[in-house]
Parts: sequence; C-alpha cells; structure tokens
Amino acid sequence: MTDQRETLARLAAAQWRLALILTAAMMVIYFGFILLVAFAKPLLGRLLLPGLSLGTLLGALVIVAAWALIWIYVRWANGHYDRTVATLKARRP
Amino acid sequence: MSTSLGEPNLVAILFFLLFVAVTLGITWWAARRTHSTEHFYAAGRSVTGLQNGLALAGDYMSAASFLGIAGLVSLSGFDGLIYSIGFLVGWPIVMFLIAEPLRNLGRYTFADVVAYRMRQAPVRIAAAVGTLAVVAFYLIAQMVGAGNLIRLLFGLSYETAVLLVGLVMLAYVLFGGMIATTWVQVVKAVLLLGGALMLALLVLARFRGNPLSLFAAAAERYGTQVLAPGQLVSDPWDALSLGLALMFGTAGLPHILMRFYTVPDARTARTSVSYATAFIGFFYLLTFVLGFGAMVVVGPDAIKAVDKGGNMAAPLLAEAVGGTGFLGFIAAVAFATILAVVAGLTLSGAAALSHDLWVNVVRGARASQREQLRVARIATVLLGALSILLGIAFKGQNVAYMVGLAFAIAASANFPALVLSVFWRRFTTRGAQASMLVGTLSALALIYLSPTIQVSILGRESALFPLRNPGLVTIPLAFLVGIATSLQAPERDAFERFAEVEQRLHLGPELAPEDAAAG
Repeated sequence: MTDQRETLARLAAAQWRLALILTAAMMVIYFGFILLVAFAKPLLGRLLLPGLSLGTLLGALVIVAAWALIWIYVRWANGHYDRTVATLKARRP
Repeated sequence: MSTSLGEPNLVAILFFLLFVAVTLGITWWAARRTHSTEHFYAAGRSVTGLQNGLALAGDYMSAASFLGIAGLVSLSGFDGLIYSIGFLVGWPIVMFLIAEPLRNLGRYTFADVVAYRMRQAPVRIAAAVGTLAVVAFYLIAQMVGAGNLIRLLFGLSYETAVLLVGLVMLAYVLFGGMIATTWVQVVKAVLLLGGALMLALLVLARFRGNPLSLFAAAAERYGTQVLAPGQLVSDPWDALSLGLALMFGTAGLPHILMRFYTVPDARTARTSVSYATAFIGFFYLLTFVLGFGAMVVVGPDAIKAVDKGGNMAAPLLAEAVGGTGFLGFIAAVAFATILAVVAGLTLSGAAALSHDLWVNVVRGARASQREQLRVARIATVLLGALSILLGIAFKGQNVAYMVGLAFAIAASANFPALVLSVFWRRFTTRGAQASMLVGTLSALALIYLSPTIQVSILGRESALFPLRNPGLVTIPLAFLVGIATSLQAPERDAFERFAEVEQRLHLGPELAPEDAAAG
C-alpha cells in the first residue's frame, strides 16, 4: 500500500512538473512573440523572401510550437503516464 | 465591385434551411436518447475523441474568429494575425492543466471539481456567479453579432435574426441537450473547416498555389508594411494583458470545460484536445490566406464600403472567387457557426443554474432525476429567452469588447480556482470562494474603469485604469487572494481529502467509491 502511494505521489509530481514546464514554455514563446511585436516592429517587418516577413513566419511558428508542445505532452502521457496508471489500477484489490 | 450581399440569396437560404432541417432532425433523434441528466449535460459520456475534438472546435470558433479576424487582416494586414495566434495558445494550457483533472474529478460543471473537497454551497454559488457572468457577456456578443451579420448576409431585420437564432438554439438544447449540441457543433466545425479550406484553395489557385505569392501581391499593392506589425500593439502592457486573458481564459470558459464530461475517460479527453488544437490551429493558419486574399482580391475599400469593421471580408471574397452560389454557402456556414456557439453557451449556463445552484445548493444534492432534468430544461428556457432579450436590448451597441471581457472573467474567476483546487493541498472553501468572487468582480470593475468603456463607449477624455483588458491585474489578484485566504484559515477537511483528489485525478473516478458523494 505504501509502495503504491509512493508511486502515485511520484507520478503526480512528475505530471505536475511536466505540465508546469510546458505551460511555461508556451508562455515564453507566446509572450516573446508579443514583446517582439511591441518592441521590434522593423525587425519583424524584414522580408526573408518576397512575401514572407519575419513576423508572419514567427506567427505561424507560434501555432506550430503549440502543436509541438501538445505532441510532447501526449507522447509522455500516452506512454509512461498511462502505463504507470494501468499498473497502479491493476494492483488495487 | 458590385455585390449581391444583403439581397435575398437563394443558395444561402437553401443551404441555411438544409442546415436547420438536418440539425433539427439530429435534435429529434437526440431527444429520444435524452432520458437523464447524464445525457442532458454529458451526452451519456459516449463521445469519441475525434467527435469531441471537432465539437470543441465548433464550440470555440465563433463568428468573431471566422469573419472578424479575416476582416481585420484584410484591412490591417499583419496586426489581425495577432488575434489568430492569441486564440490558439490557450489550448495547450487546457491540455496541460485542465482537461484530464476535469474529466476525472467532475460530473457536469467545473464547479464539481472546485467543490470536490470543499463545503458545497459557498463554492458553487461563487462558481455560478463566475460562470453566468462569462456566459452572459459571451452570449450578448454572439447575439448582437448574429443580428448584424444575418441582416447583412440575408437581408432579414435585426430582431427577426436574433429571434430566429434564439429559437433554433433553444430547440437544440431544450430537446436534444448535450447530444444534439455536440452534433450541431461537429457539423458546424466540419462545414466551417471545409468552407474555409475551399475558400483558401480558390484564392490560392489564383497565385499558383503559393501563399507567399499572395502575400507578395498584397505587399506590392498596399506596401510592405501590411506584412509588418503596425499600431495594434502600441502599448506592450496592453498586449500582455490581453494575451494573458486569451491564454488562460480559454482554460476557464464554462462551455468549453463542460465538453470534457462528454467523453468516457481522461485519455479520450486528452485525445480530444489534440484534435481540437490541430483543427483550430489549421483554421487560424487558413485565416492568414483568407485575410490577405480578401485584401488583394476584394480590396480594403470595397470591404469597408459594405461594413466598416471589415466583417464581410470573407463573404465578399467567397463571392469574388466562387460566385453567388459560394457566397450563399459561406453565409449559411457563418449562421451555423453562431448557432453552435450559442447552444454550447446556453447549455453551460443552464448547468450552472440547475446543477450547481438548484440541485446542490437549494436542494442539498437530494433531487430526483426527473426533477433535475425538469429544472435543467426550465433553466434552458430562461437563458434562451434572456439571450433573445439581451440581443435585442443591445442592438446597435458596440459589443466587440464583450468577448475580451468574457475571456478576462473566465481567466480570473474560473481558471485560478480550478488550478488551485486540483494542484494545491492547502486550498480551502473560503479561498476558492474569495478567489472566484474577487476574480469576477475585479474584472468587471476594471473593465468599467478602462479606456474600453470610459473612452470608446462613454466618450470620456481618459480612464482611471490604463489597460484595455484587465487580465494582467485580475488573474494574479485572483491567485493571490485564493492563496492568502486559504493560508489565513486552514481547513482540515479539505486538506485531508486532497489525497482522495490526487488519487481520483490520476486513477479515474471508477476506482473511487466516494463518487456518489461528489454529485
């Protein structure tokens, strides 16, 4: 029982840590973008290719980053997390 | 450019009637399956991950995101894209902090989760205040938007349009509950994504399939500054505050949160957020093409001639690249978009009134299924009538700020209490209550004192509070008040029952025999 409680506590801590890191990452990326929009307008207006400004590219990349962070979380949750939850459930009376 | 917009469009009317006929058919089918609150609020918890992902997208993507953002980009270029991005970044937060705990800890409303280990009445009353405030402002924005849009699209009078939206939505929710609402949202999401994709492809066909050629054409005609940040974000504090509200507001919108109860388990809740984020992100990427497409193909002057706010950019673009028939289709999609969002909002408001206030506060969680279902339906009718009245009362008012306000209240009233109740052992009843009430009231007060109301609406010279959106102040404030109040007077019961919360949060409700007590 104590062993199970420890496993659950460890799992809860790991989930919380990952959730916080990923949330912080999303905030840094999004607010970084917003601060660039506020303070580096000429830089974001620079054209990398005809029609493609740095701002448009970074904007699209924020959306791609949101997908990527979700992908990281789902990979961890569908793998390690769900396996541990399944073991915990199976070991209960 | 001449347009047939605003004249009765046969294709639009046919598509609209077809949509209403199909969705009412679904409602009739759903009504025969709605026998209990489990069906009415949570669609029998049988929705799949893909279905719920589409329904979440349908619940979230309002007419404002489709017509508003396309219009904003068509008039001001890059600046409009900032909104596209802001509306997406809340979804990872929903995934990391909210979706799975909600599914495992609650039954019908987010208050179930906050109140889980607390004293029921104070928490549920405070949660209902926050929920109803969000729902009311969001509904007003949608109804006024509906009235204006449908007048422009179909040539109906404003009042007729509001009444029509209210009555059809009421039919969905009243008879078909969450099952009908889910399917209306799924159908709408498919139509909206399909319509936007078709429109984007028709535009890109004129630019050799290359979005960069389209952007380059826009820069060539209107100057490269349309691809660079302009005046929209002039004050970084303002931008930060709006960004915070959008990011954490998504994770506190009651109609979005409620959707996580419709899936069978936490893993499906997780899958549904992945699908929703994929669809919504894809849609917002399409708005880049739609907005610049309208700028180049239709032109800002022609767009402004029809509607100063630019809301008709996407329909005008549809007419320009696809003819009157395609305009009719896009107009019908815009109508369907509004119906699906107001149905979700009304259902979540009805759940707060009946499940939180009536069943759990007034009746002390002792009400029969029959009574619960009856009260839920009475609450639905009340909210439906209220939304029609509010829609008509706010005719001609500038309500654009109300969506921002709804996000600010959701982010300050609901999100902090939800996160603290799930992840912080020392959180107490008083803390939850204080956090939710202070979050709601401070957001309301600061919006009233902000330039949004004082300068733009009341026409004063200056405002007492400098920020247009209060999120930067009210979200940290709600967290601080919740934490300080809890630390000041510890609550033993809530502290000790956290172990149960933690267990149920990860292992799911089926292993917790105390399940019945939570309802």
